[in-house]
Amino acid sequence: MAAFEPVLLQRLNKPECKTLEGYRADGGYRTLTRALKEMSPDQVTTVVKDAGLRGRGGAGFPTGLKWTFLPKGNSGPVYLCVNCDESEPCTFNNRYLIECDPHQVLEGIILASYAIRARVAYFYVRYEYGTGTRTMQRAIDELYAAGLLGKNILGTDFSLDVFVHRGAAAYICGEETGLIESLEGRRAWPRIKPPFPAIEGAFRKPTIVNNPETLANVVHIVERGGEWFKSLGVPPDPKNPRDAGSYGSKLYCISGHVNRPGIIELPMGVTLRELLEVHGGGVWKGRKAKGAIPGGNSMGICTEPEFDIPLDFNGPGKVGCLGLGTAAVTVFDETTSIVDVLHNICRFFAHESCGQCTPCREGTAWMLKIVERIKRGQGRLEDLSILEEVADKIGIMPGTTICGLADGAGWPVKTAIRKYRDEFKAYLREGTPKGGTSSGMRLSMAAGH
Amino acid sequence: MATVYVNDKAVDIGDERLNCIQAAERAGVTIPHYCWHAALSVVASCRMCLVEVGERKVDEKGQVAIAMQPKVVPGCQTPVKDGMVIRTADAKAKDAQERTLESILLNHPLDCPVCDKAGECLLQDFSFQFGKAESRMVDEKNTPPNKPDLGPNVGLFTDRCIMCSRCVRFTREVSGTAELHVVNRGSHSEIDVFEGHPLANKLATNVVDLCPVGALSSKDFLYSQRVWNLKTVNSVCSGCSTGCSILVDSNKDIVYRLRPRFNPRAQGHFMCDEGRLGYHHVNDSARLGQYLVRGEQGTKAVEWAQAAGLCREKLAAEASKDPGRVWFVFSPSMTVEEAWLLANFAQKLSPFVKLVMGPVGVVGEDDTYPKDRKGRPVQPVKFTIRAEKAANLRGVQGILNHFQKDRATYQQFLAAAKSGQVDACLIAAGQSPQVYKPSVEEGDALSAVRFVAVQQMFSSPLTDRAHLVIPASAFSEIEGTLVNHAGLAQATKAACAPSRGLRTDGQFFLELLERKGLVHAANLRKEIAKAVPAFKPLEVGDLGEYGVFCEKLKEQS
Repeated sequence: MAAFEPVLLQRLNKPECKTLEGYRADGGYRTLTRALKEMSPDQVTTVVKDAGLRGRGGAGFPTGLKWTFLPKGNSGPVYLCVNCDESEPCTFNNRYLIECDPHQVLEGIILASYAIRARVAYFYVRYEYGTGTRTMQRAIDELYAAGLLGKNILGTDFSLDVFVHRGAAAYICGEETGLIESLEGRRAWPRIKPPFPAIEGAFRKPTIVNNPETLANVVHIVERGGEWFKSLGVPPDPKNPRDAGSYGSKLYCISGHVNRPGIIELPMGVTLRELLEVHGGGVWKGRKAKGAIPGGNSMGICTEPEFDIPLDFNGPGKVGCLGLGTAAVTVFDETTSIVDVLHNICRFFAHESCGQCTPCREGTAWMLKIVERIKRGQGRLEDLSILEEVADKIGIMPGTTICGLADGAGWPVKTAIRKYRDEFKAYLREGTPKGGTSSGMRLSMAAGH
Repeated sequence: MATVYVNDKAVDIGDERLNCIQAAERAGVTIPHYCWHAALSVVASCRMCLVEVGERKVDEKGQVAIAMQPKVVPGCQTPVKDGMVIRTADAKAKDAQERTLESILLNHPLDCPVCDKAGECLLQDFSFQFGKAESRMVDEKNTPPNKPDLGPNVGLFTDRCIMCSRCVRFTREVSGTAELHVVNRGSHSEIDVFEGHPLANKLATNVVDLCPVGALSSKDFLYSQRVWNLKTVNSVCSGCSTGCSILVDSNKDIVYRLRPRFNPRAQGHFMCDEGRLGYHHVNDSARLGQYLVRGEQGTKAVEWAQAAGLCREKLAAEASKDPGRVWFVFSPSMTVEEAWLLANFAQKLSPFVKLVMGPVGVVGEDDTYPKDRKGRPVQPVKFTIRAEKAANLRGVQGILNHFQKDRATYQQFLAAAKSGQVDACLIAAGQSPQVYKPSVEEGDALSAVRFVAVQQMFSSPLTDRAHLVIPASAFSEIEGTLVNHAGLAQATKAACAPSRGLRTDGQFFLELLERKGLVHAANLRKEIAKAVPAFKPLEVGDLGEYGVFCEKLKEQS
């Protein structure tokens, strides 16, 4: 197989492309110019829909399909919200996109706004991304100066304003309705659905919420066409009529106990093992891997023997993980205590649960208390079944919460216990991890730290 | 016509837009819920009302097929439609309810023995009905500090809070003042106010009723009674002409608490703090406790029948001389029945005695809610505190109009008394001191009157001038009818007995009329309905929980 030529990250090492001038010299905004002049908004939507692009934020919802959910014949305003509240631990793909190539994301934003007929787009960025926020703002200012944003872009009828909105550092703001609430100036408590944002979103108007990586993909789909996009990645599983396929390339983040942590763009479907061994340089210090989180904490944990799963929208599900998530792989080596891993994960979710729905608010805190107690050496065997049970019963899958982040809080707990039950039992018996004391080590879970 | 099947029982819900909780209630099934409240927006966050729903279909052959949804859904957020199946007691729903309750109780202190809410607590009730007996949590509970001064009337036991956010939504949606909000995240979430902005709006204490647990507490009621010792009767607030339906909670003839009672025809779900706390005069030891006769030999206490006899004789004697110089002053707070009996007595003396409406307290302007953050009223209005501080102005007017159309005003009565044109007067059924306090000038005006009978709760410049002092009953001691600003006639029932030796106002008037028996409001209503056309709707006798409208009484004002 020929080496894959990066698409989204093609300008990663071209710092001059951060400016409008540099980006244009590199061929930027050609696609936008062509689309605005030659294509109707519906044509753009159709191209994206036919390309089978699925959202890169975690849920993998078909992007073009989402755009078509906007009410037909709507005369009022439509908003585009860009969800750059990238708070999933170990996930930093959007950070690279907005810091290294802001204009690519902005071109995507303008294209998407054109397709959905939005005149205002909000770029919601997490508080911690100071550099990214400033880079985006600079790029937006450049665009206004160059007439690529504002009234009558490139002399067409299309006008667009883009506002950068910096969040106040909460995981829940990454949930699309939580993001909208936060954008409106309220506490980011996810809304009950229906109505979905496409019908009633920001300021009670139809709203599309997309991930920056998704929007960056839009640029290349419009430029090169859906056929090119479909030539990358994994086609749908013929046995599963509901599978929409995993086309295109994906930014994979590799972190944890690897020799070369970082970000790499690959066509969808690379196996976890290949990603780790080839692109991540293998496990550090010559050790073996014990397991990995395939796509951000909320997707659950897979063991070393399960590393052969392809990292596409279906792969992680085959080994009991929630899904691809953000495709941020965190590897932990054989010396890591699974209790430590779980403790760190539970701490994160107990801290980040928004507190709206009882099962998640109390459940995440309870799970943390239990895991803390297990870690202290005061665990009981029945704690494992309580943890499993609590984790099983929170989330939108059983229907007990408003948003899906509760599923994400439960998944790592149940996968960890089911897959490492023997180790947990041993820990419970001895009160210490196998072969030594609890290290108290913390994985650097927060993205980019 | 839509039919919904709740636990396999068919309920016809007509064309109404209901959610699962309401539909189940029609079927007599309780779906436990905390965050949902009929007067507030739906947030579906407590997850207590999780039920299973499905659809019932009948094919051409008459075969019934029920397709249930795989997930549990929150009943509050799920509208019902024709053919919907709701299952509240199947394994999945029961399991979800048990789990939610267990979660809620994880950090709840279970301090029921010292909690005011115990006995009327939804957490207790639902735990008993739907929960498990034991918690599996062995870890320490969160113990956030209490906030005893959330506002002048409300305190918060933070640890008891289950984060249903009803109180937050109340201050945002009904009072509009938005003092309350949620701080912190996850299991450390707490209800709080902003620094320097206490929960001090005029509807604030409603959050205590809304609170399904004992977290928000009324400072007025705190630690005063166990609720199971309280006797509750339906009554009507006498604070203003809104006429909020209320519940009076009393124990051994002491009133401890007023609570709003839902009445869609009157005020809705809530009541104002002024009305809620306006009961303390009832228990006041300074209330008049004896029938006093004041003569040249000094003041002496008499039995109630003696007092009534004296009153009757004196007024009759004066009326036989010149009935135009005998005045009866009615109070806008007395019940329709009392006004009817007293007016009948006056008529019996002579049709030419003068009937006067007493002073009507008016304070400021009608105060409507919600308000915005700057205190300006917002439409649509959800609650009104009326400026007219009279519980039954329209009802008493209706009675008086029946007997005398052209009446003098209270001011004219005082002027007449001052200029010596009044020989005898009966000033009836004084209002509560919050509503109206007689002035010294009013008392002085009566100095020239030969016989003054004053019926009041507290001694005042009027009772100081009285030849006969009649202790008046408080709203909690009487039974009768009150007509509010909209002509809604509501029944109020007696929560307490009058003090030893005293009789209610109505009973005293019956004695004046020399009628036998006790005051029985339902019978008197029928009597009034027959005699006075404006009160025709009262012929039902029992006005029910919500009362009946007397349109003509509304028109006359």
